[in-house]
Amino acid sequence: MSSDDEDFMSDTLSDDEYDNDSMGMLGETADESEYEEENDQFLEDTKFDKPQKKAYEVDFRALSANDVKSEQDKQINEVSSILGRSSEQCAILLRHFKWQKERLIEIYMDGPEQVLEESGLGQDYNISPRLEKVAGFECGICCDDEPGLDTYSMKCDHRYCASCYRQYLESKIKEEGEAARIQCPSEGCARIVDSKTIKLLVSSDAWYRYEELLNRTYVDDKQNLRWCPAPECEYAVDCPIRQNELHKVVPTVVCNCSHRFCFGCGLHDHQPCPCSLVKKWLKKCEDDSETANWISAHTKECPKCVSTIEKNGGCNHMTCRKCKHEFCWVCMGPWNEHGTSWYNCNRYEEKSGSEARDNQAKSRASLERYLHYYNRYANHDHSAKLDKDLYSKTEKKMTMLQSTSGMSWIEVQYLNQASAVLQECRQTLKWTYAFAFYLERNNNTYIFEDNQKDLEMAVEQLSELFEKPPDQLAQSKKEMMDKTAYVKSRRGILLEDTAVGLKNERWSFTVDV
Amino acid sequence: MSLIAEKRLQKEFKKMLTGELPPGIKLAEANESDVMKPWSMDISLLHNNALYAGKTYRLSFKFNRQYPIEPPEVKFITATDREIPMHPHIYSNGVICLDLLSAGVGGGWSPVQSVETVCVSIQSMLEGNNINQRPEGDDQFVYGPQRRIKDINFVYDDPTV
Repeated sequence: MSSDDEDFMSDTLSDDEYDNDSMGMLGETADESEYEEENDQFLEDTKFDKPQKKAYEVDFRALSANDVKSEQDKQINEVSSILGRSSEQCAILLRHFKWQKERLIEIYMDGPEQVLEESGLGQDYNISPRLEKVAGFECGICCDDEPGLDTYSMKCDHRYCASCYRQYLESKIKEEGEAARIQCPSEGCARIVDSKTIKLLVSSDAWYRYEELLNRTYVDDKQNLRWCPAPECEYAVDCPIRQNELHKVVPTVVCNCSHRFCFGCGLHDHQPCPCSLVKKWLKKCEDDSETANWISAHTKECPKCVSTIEKNGGCNHMTCRKCKHEFCWVCMGPWNEHGTSWYNCNRYEEKSGSEARDNQAKSRASLERYLHYYNRYANHDHSAKLDKDLYSKTEKKMTMLQSTSGMSWIEVQYLNQASAVLQECRQTLKWTYAFAFYLERNNNTYIFEDNQKDLEMAVEQLSELFEKPPDQLAQSKKEMMDKTAYVKSRRGILLEDTAVGLKNERWSFTVDV
Repeated sequence: MSLIAEKRLQKEFKKMLTGELPPGIKLAEANESDVMKPWSMDISLLHNNALYAGKTYRLSFKFNRQYPIEPPEVKFITATDREIPMHPHIYSNGVICLDLLSAGVGGGWSPVQSVETVCVSIQSMLEGNNINQRPEGDDQFVYGPQRRIKDINFVYDDPTV
């Protein structure tokens, strides 16, 4: 297994393999092929009322490349029957409007000419493109001027020889992966090369690639679709959650390849933390904003020229190297106010120094607060990384257990379940710390922290059971199964609570979500 | 497929020998028997721009087999009496940050461009500049890991220079 895959393999066993609830959910959504703009709200509301669906789960459906294609065709046919134009033209129109069907129809009804012109479908589009031989022609690309040369131009009348045109298009398609936005080869001409032209000119494999790329733009353009980010995975996931709802819901979806990811941002599952907080948190952990925090906790600034100073010895009478300002390190006030009490600052209540001290105390507290959350976050992150070979370890254990205790393969499956639940909970726990970091302190937060504590304790206990040697493992089967179920329910409770809170905007955060 | 590139460069070469190049632009070196080898072009400025007055600069053009579908690799080189011009979009190793020189998203290359038109564009790019400095991060760029010009992703954010 290459290292790239590890992250994705760690959750090979996702909900739907051992959790019947989510199986039901998958099946239930499978027949809803389309989320229309108008009835989005309606769908969502009714779904939330169904008892079997939990507040932290969202509707989703994985689509194969063929599904994407047929969905596309369905929309094209629909528009085609409304506008009375060929499906090919409608495809171009829809792409031009980024698949916003209603907008296209509305604007088209207002004035078809302009829409057609803008999307590259001139009035006489129905004339098939063809190659022409033009007397006295010299190709602007290869400078060939042989008589009888096949040439081509679109309506913009930028004419080039057919072979140059073909090379240009194929290089755009194959090298640069462009499809819906290939422009005329002429400098500064913004005319989009239409698919008829492309079909006429390029080789069959380039045409195949072109169609594939067009398929991709469909998923990129549609708000309710997203490619599964797992390497080599060709599925797209359909989920009705909009970008502007992400502060209210954390849409975790599971692709058919079993990769769990967030539909909102494409990152690995990060429930219960909303996407914007995840982004802020990752940035905070990654960039050296904490270096800055260290600086402010361990250094002071010259009260006059604000140079940063670290005191590493000597008395409290500071003389700034830069501006020669003399001040007291203890109270930050000017040194000359110290009068006779030199080298022993007792001017604590003096206002000139109190402000500087306040700033210092604040940043120190904020650093400690951050470290509290970060250490726990990192701890679970680290444990999750150690768990990444848990699957193979589990398998080994299961085989061992079968030989030592005489249990059958089916009977040892509980280990597998425990391992999967463990991994899932670590992932959740990790993000609860990022979530908690941004929470304002209030009663809701206390409830959240209690839930977090319960889950964490349960996870550690299960983890401990799991690490037992095989001979003891057999005896603790019941205990382990109970614990697994308990841990799973704790996770459900925590996620339910946070999801409902997000939906009702009950949480108050220290930053904007 | 190298045919197009060769044919095209032959034509450009002949045109340069017979026809007139725009003022300030000269062919310094090209190999007639193998036009695919790198070319050198000398350019000097027409107007009195204090920054570049009286100087001539040398550009090197490297072509790949996809030329002119793909842009040539163009950069300033040093030689006797030839130095790298000061310009906020020209690095001290001669690499030029110009949208014209890259194809793809955001690039301005079109197969209709030629050695001559690239020279004219660079000439006018110098002509319009009065800032005597290198691009930001020049040191890092020049002394950092060496990349092929093709692999550099410039962001063309400054239409004024």
